[in-house]
Amino acid sequence: MTAALLFAQVEKVATPKLDWAATAPLLILCGAALLLLLISSLTTSRPARGTYAVITVLASAFAIGTAGVLWARVTDAERGAFTTAAGALTVDGFSVFFIVVISLGIALSALLADDYLRRENLDGPELYVLMLLSGAGGIVMAMANDLIVVFLGLETLSIALYVMAGFNRRRAESRESAMKYFVLGAFSSAFLLYGIAFIYGATGSTNLGDIAGFLNANTLEHTGLLLGGFALLLVGFGFKASAVPFHVWTPDVYQGAPTPVTAFMASASKAAAFAALLRVFVSTFAEYRLDWQPLIWGIAVLTLVVGSVLAIVQTDVKRMMAYSSISHAGFILVGVQAATAQGVSAALFYVLSYTFMIVGTFGVATLVSGKGDEHHGLEAYRGLSRRRPGLALTFTVFLLAQAGVPLTSGFLAKFYVIGAAVDAHSYALALIAMLSSVVSAFLYLRIVVAMYMTDEEGAEPGPRVRVPLGAGVALGLAVAFTVVVGILPQQVVHWADRAIPVVLASGR
Amino acid sequence: MLLNQFLLLGAVLFCIGVYGVLARKNGVLVLMSIELILNSVNINLVAFGMMGGDAAAITGQVFALFVITVAAAEVGVGLAIVLLIYRNRTTVDLDEVDLMKG
Amino acid sequence: MSDFLQAYLTVAVFGGTAGLLIAGVLGLGRLIRPSRPNPDKLTTYESGVDPVGSGFSQSQVRYYIFALLFVLFDVEAVFIFPWAVGLETYSYFGLVEMGIFVFILVLGLVYAWRKGVLRWV
Repeated sequence: MTAALLFAQVEKVATPKLDWAATAPLLILCGAALLLLLISSLTTSRPARGTYAVITVLASAFAIGTAGVLWARVTDAERGAFTTAAGALTVDGFSVFFIVVISLGIALSALLADDYLRRENLDGPELYVLMLLSGAGGIVMAMANDLIVVFLGLETLSIALYVMAGFNRRRAESRESAMKYFVLGAFSSAFLLYGIAFIYGATGSTNLGDIAGFLNANTLEHTGLLLGGFALLLVGFGFKASAVPFHVWTPDVYQGAPTPVTAFMASASKAAAFAALLRVFVSTFAEYRLDWQPLIWGIAVLTLVVGSVLAIVQTDVKRMMAYSSISHAGFILVGVQAATAQGVSAALFYVLSYTFMIVGTFGVATLVSGKGDEHHGLEAYRGLSRRRPGLALTFTVFLLAQAGVPLTSGFLAKFYVIGAAVDAHSYALALIAMLSSVVSAFLYLRIVVAMYMTDEEGAEPGPRVRVPLGAGVALGLAVAFTVVVGILPQQVVHWADRAIPVVLASGR
Repeated sequence: MLLNQFLLLGAVLFCIGVYGVLARKNGVLVLMSIELILNSVNINLVAFGMMGGDAAAITGQVFALFVITVAAAEVGVGLAIVLLIYRNRTTVDLDEVDLMKG
Repeated sequence: MSDFLQAYLTVAVFGGTAGLLIAGVLGLGRLIRPSRPNPDKLTTYESGVDPVGSGFSQSQVRYYIFALLFVLFDVEAVFIFPWAVGLETYSYFGLVEMGIFVFILVLGLVYAWRKGVLRWV
């Protein structure tokens, strides 16, 4: 009996429609990961050096290309946003924006990883595979229109990251960071999951569109379940975004993980966390804004203060950047707290500029640390301006951008976020954000001073620093973006303005 | 009324799991505690699903299936990391894994 | 009491009966048997060699990676069972989907095999 006859007897299930063009970025990233695994499983000879990195960068570039095509489609007034895969994924300007941000994070980190892996004698496709899969998970989080899909994306992102953190398994710090990240990460995603269960119980659905519709149409008699769900969801997202008080893992893991992986964590993983936070809270739970806004307000204040104050007392540059990344998360939360279109677009602008700044920063740290990934103390940067003037200048640009000096993208990012907070009447928060940026400016200047104004007497020169091609390209791109967008931000602002998330009910 | 009993069971399991993660030092026991939390979520999901209509029930049960598989993947990675630590330090005591502080 | 709980009453009765039965039989034995303890009777093994050293020894774990792989592949079967039950209603779509799913799993297995994980160490 042929299969056709067998199938003819019974009623068919309506198969969900999958929009191939809309899922192309995801499929390209996952496909590239599988391809890399296949190559490494089936071939015995070592491919030419850099092959894996090139494949990864090409895949991310293709993903960005397909995202560009999608952008034209979703910003077209007539067609607009839509859902695909049975209402599981939303394709709107917001999704496309984050596809670009996360793919950029993958590509830049892969360029940094290329030389790092050879230097540490770890060359192989595994890190790239994990990076691609992790990035794909992040994109799923950003596109998710269903809490199940948010959770699956988060876990794909995290599980790959746990392994990546411990990738340099000969370094005790790397192993330790993997263990800490895993225990706390699994713990926090369990909280997130419990929160999802609560929201599902309170609203009867996991589809974001249906939840929003339900909350708009009904007034809940008992909001306890829903509010408990909010709090637990915030724990989960706050952990990934490293917001205080869920930040304790950040310094240790950023310090211990291989530096290119740290760059990926601070860019793509953080972006994905904010993507999910924005879509779930700002868009879906808009009706209950007054209930969750104070929570985010408190978290934002804590994050800003703790991040910038604790950064100052560190001596390890990777740890400093970890705390500074906590305070940057606070700035993005200021935009989230505003819960307006302006706030969201400011947060998006911040995420994009921060991606370039932080990948650049950790890129320089990768190069300076030298073989063994050891030299991360401030003394390794002493006199860098004499040994490597170009690299020192590059690093200065990133540091000034993080400090928020005008003519860099960092300044505008902070400016828009604080502007959004002021327009939403959160004056106190805006003030705290400004003060904390003044405090953290001290930290960045400390590193700049170490690079430029150190007398050579007595101080032994730091290790020799080599700038390989891949890392050079990544740093060049990051500097170009930081400076050009700092001077001519209009186009990026225009994109961020059109990337406000929408939630669509499952029927559409 | 029935729902409450399941939710209570879920909450108790959740609390035991949280206690285990916070109080236990042994890496493997911490992993088991995390599993316990995930299973408490599964109970909640299926219980909430039962209260809704058919469509809601399917959502809850399918979600529980996903949680089971994700938990397995997570524990796979977790055990591998614990083993990595064990092979180098011959301990699975999480309090002794403390090179980085501050 | 709800019907649901009443249905569990049977279980409680069974449990209670079992407990009573055990207590009764052991208690009866204790009442009837003579009790004349001496040190030899209290050793773990009345004949043979006395045990030496700690009871806890470490067994060498050669197979943990098999165990890890087993857990992963075993749990993935969770998705295959519902698919198998509804195979006919899903038609070719389901067949292709499951083909892709299994392909990815097999790729993982092939990778593990090529990395020499499946060898006995």
